[in-house]
Amino acid sequence: MKRTGLIFFPAFDWAISPTHPEREERLLYTQDQVFEEGLLDFDNIIEFKPGMATPDDINRIHICVPDAGSVITESHLISAGGAITAADKVLQGKVDNAFALVRPPGHHAMRVVHGARGFCNVNIEAIMVEYIRKNYGPKRVAIIDTDCHHGDGSQDIYWHDPDTLYISIHQDGRTLYPGSGFPEEFGGPNALGATINIPLPPQTSEEGFLHVLDNLILPILDEFKPDLIINSAGQDNHYTDPITDMRFTAQGYAMLNEKLSPDIAVLEGGYSIESALPYINVGIILAMAGIDYSHVKEPDYDPVSLKQSDEISRYIEKEASEIYNLWKKRDSIKEDLVGGAEYVRRDRDIYYDTDGIREQQKETVRICNDCGGLLTIDSTASTGNKIFAVIIPGQSCPTCRSKGEEIFASTDKTSLNYAYFQDRDKNIFLVE
Amino acid sequence: MTDKVSYAISSDEKNSYTGGTMILGIDVGGTHTDATLIENFELKRKAKVLTNRENLMDSLLEVTGELFKSENPDNLKRVVLSTTISTNAIVQGKTERVGLILASGPGLSPATLKINDDTHFISGYVNHRGIEAAGIDHDEVSRICTHFREEGIDHAGIVGKFSTRNPGQEIEIRDIINDNLKHVSLGHRMSGNLNFPRRIATTYLNAAIHDLYTAFVRDIQDFVGKMGADVPIYILKADGGTFEIDQSTEYPVQTILSGPAASIMGVLSLTDCREDAIALDIGGTTTDIAIFADGVPLLEPLGVTIEGHKTMIRGLRTKSIGIGGDSRVKYESNEIIIGPERDGPAAAFGGPSPTPTDAMIVLGLTKIGDKDKATAAINSIAKETGCPAHEAAKTIFDQTCLEIAVSVKEMLEEINNRPVYTVHEILEGKKLTPQILHVVGGPAEPMAEHLGELLGCPAHIPGHAEVANAVGAALARTTAELTLLADTEQQTLTIVEEGIQTQIPNGFSRDDALNIGKEKLRERAIKMGAKEEDIAVEVIEDQEFNMVRGFHTTGKNIRVKVQVKPGLIAGFGKEQTI
Ligand SMILES: [Zn+2]
Ligand SMILES: [Zn+2]
Repeated sequence: MKRTGLIFFPAFDWAISPTHPEREERLLYTQDQVFEEGLLDFDNIIEFKPGMATPDDINRIHICVPDAGSVITESHLISAGGAITAADKVLQGKVDNAFALVRPPGHHAMRVVHGARGFCNVNIEAIMVEYIRKNYGPKRVAIIDTDCHHGDGSQDIYWHDPDTLYISIHQDGRTLYPGSGFPEEFGGPNALGATINIPLPPQTSEEGFLHVLDNLILPILDEFKPDLIINSAGQDNHYTDPITDMRFTAQGYAMLNEKLSPDIAVLEGGYSIESALPYINVGIILAMAGIDYSHVKEPDYDPVSLKQSDEISRYIEKEASEIYNLWKKRDSIKEDLVGGAEYVRRDRDIYYDTDGIREQQKETVRICNDCGGLLTIDSTASTGNKIFAVIIPGQSCPTCRSKGEEIFASTDKTSLNYAYFQDRDKNIFLVE
Repeated sequence: MTDKVSYAISSDEKNSYTGGTMILGIDVGGTHTDATLIENFELKRKAKVLTNRENLMDSLLEVTGELFKSENPDNLKRVVLSTTISTNAIVQGKTERVGLILASGPGLSPATLKINDDTHFISGYVNHRGIEAAGIDHDEVSRICTHFREEGIDHAGIVGKFSTRNPGQEIEIRDIINDNLKHVSLGHRMSGNLNFPRRIATTYLNAAIHDLYTAFVRDIQDFVGKMGADVPIYILKADGGTFEIDQSTEYPVQTILSGPAASIMGVLSLTDCREDAIALDIGGTTTDIAIFADGVPLLEPLGVTIEGHKTMIRGLRTKSIGIGGDSRVKYESNEIIIGPERDGPAAAFGGPSPTPTDAMIVLGLTKIGDKDKATAAINSIAKETGCPAHEAAKTIFDQTCLEIAVSVKEMLEEINNRPVYTVHEILEGKKLTPQILHVVGGPAEPMAEHLGELLGCPAHIPGHAEVANAVGAALARTTAELTLLADTEQQTLTIVEEGIQTQIPNGFSRDDALNIGKEKLRERAIKMGAKEEDIAVEVIEDQEFNMVRGFHTTGKNIRVKVQVKPGLIAGFGKEQTI
């Protein structure tokens, strides 16, 4: 048995729009099932009221345009605040692990925020992780994103951070939003191997997920040796999810959490609100608390009809071993990739599907062996906003910091709507 | 030990119970049985006798004999009893063997849910929306029933997961086995709330104390008859409300832990409390803490707990801590430790150990008992701590008050930090801020002022506190609660506690649900014995969700809960106290 904290915030009065999947009703049946099972009566399951995140918590990791207040609602502050409460309870030793069963989700929100993408405005896990580092010291963190969609926002934020291992397991991007998350996306030049993408073919079932967990994720975690494991716990891999095509089950989610043993789990997507979420969430809570979950099954659960094809099994086995080999070679790849360059730039077009905004972004990182590397971002959005940001990484080396300060001071701000300077270690956030 | 006290009140404050109206309130406690006679809202007489645990009837006859020496029982209009019979039956294990049939569905494992060897799991169940996911297997149920008969089990509890969403299966099972058993308790009748393990425990206890309680009810009816009165008899419930005695036999479990409820209702009737307040009942061994919000006592959020059984019984929220006037004081590893043990009475009354009461005597805060004995006991602590007796007494007294105050603050903190599930409630963040502290119990007089200082509010000691329980019972109104669920996609309306599920039209609205809820609650309250003027309906839950499937709204999920909250009967409590 473990002491498990539960931060439950269904936001019964908040929706993106009345018929949007991210609406008031989303956690209603989950609440019903959790209450009816009497889970809060277990001595080792303790419910905590979520706190509220502050704009400072958001500005520690995001560049919100024009500012945090304009891109979020109170509900986002509570959702991120719920994740922070979960972290506090775990890190203060009040519980062994915690599950923030909160909405709205966050894993599609990237570092720069012009609006909402994939139902997400701000990245609640990233806000939580940087809150942890600010308040509890530097930590090596592993985020295992088990949402069916590639967590392109979390990937973007941690692309250059060698101390954050981001592993996403999701339905193949050729068949699902956001269309990214291939094994070649392997982390920035200063953080190769700190991003791992495991796309799975449509109709992968328990067997495939657990194979990848046992043969790829757990061995990598063993080597990375994180101080904290976070499960970005999306629930849309379920066989009844209306917007995806996978065959994962409540039993599968519970087993995954038992094996992964995350310190903190944070709800992400999952829109089969009636047939899947009540059972998955009860399964995850029981698994985290070390209580028998073997009877948590969907009413129409049928392991035979949900079995994946042999072809899928072979595909996944091959892919898992290829990705593991790639991970093994992570250090030797840098030389080939970077050569003698001092800076590396990536240019991207980013689409905010929820808000219909387009962004062109040029992101430049300083090649550095001593930290995640100084980052500068030029970004122009279809809203008319043109911004420039200088970002000093956490645990920054002195060279990256002084170069960043120089660049920000000498930037010509007249052609920009906003210029941002973010130094997490020194808790500085400037907007000009 | 009978005495007579009366206070004048102005006549315009009297209504339905005026004009020779007498109410008899009796509190059968573990140690004492108290009775009060209230006429026109004046406490007319009070009496206290020792409870004869072997024969409650003797105690009742003795205490009322005292009371009616010079009164005419013909003037009685109502009798209200608060009794420990159900609590004691459970604590002492004097319960019936109960066979349980559980339709548990998916979720927690049966091993976790099983509460006795006579628990049987069956294959049918309904889901969270109350939709039947698997039907009842009649043969399976009949086999279990046959087994019960063979085992000599004639009390059963039938409990389904989500039966409060659709009571149909519980009723179906009862209809299969009903004729063969003496008593059957159904889960959905216990409460409209969700919590399957608590529903199981509650239903089990209800069936387990049914016979004993029914016998008690017959005795009480005989007893009132013997008194020569033909008046309604009410029993106090754990939530501080009453119900009519005939109705109570279906729900005996509602009467558990009505003792603390009586005490809280007593404080309410003795103080005219209508603000946020704290009530402390400081006894010999324990101190009970209760909290009022705008003068209404708070309820346990999920239900009361008895002997390790977590139930769904609506009960007043109390916290009992192991510190009281007779707590044993000892000095151990450089610390003064107070309680939780009680070795006997205070040293001043011949007890073996120093106690907070002795400290208060040494400090001159109270003039009871033998001061020399108290001083000797406190000296034994003073010697160990190496300070004068007076200083040791002060330390003990301060620490006793402080520990109680800390517990009160923790309880307030817990209440103020209870989880809420809407953005609105988080932002609003309503917090309790007690304006007054009411203290009853033996050491109330010497302790109240200092406790008030520690808790930051003025302290008040109500008069007649020694019979607070009996007064509280006498003046408590009938309470009731009702839960309604409308699912316009399924076109069903469920009135949970009544076990009703009916068809509704497509256009059924939240207002329709509220109107039906209020009307049905009124009917239910009247059936339970409420008087029309006591039924102030309060809406405690009122939610509506659009059900969207595939980006289309397919219906509404409406949830309504209404109650008659705990309080005093009409005509009382308008700026008036006993
Ligand atoms: Zn998703
Ligand atoms: Zn650097």
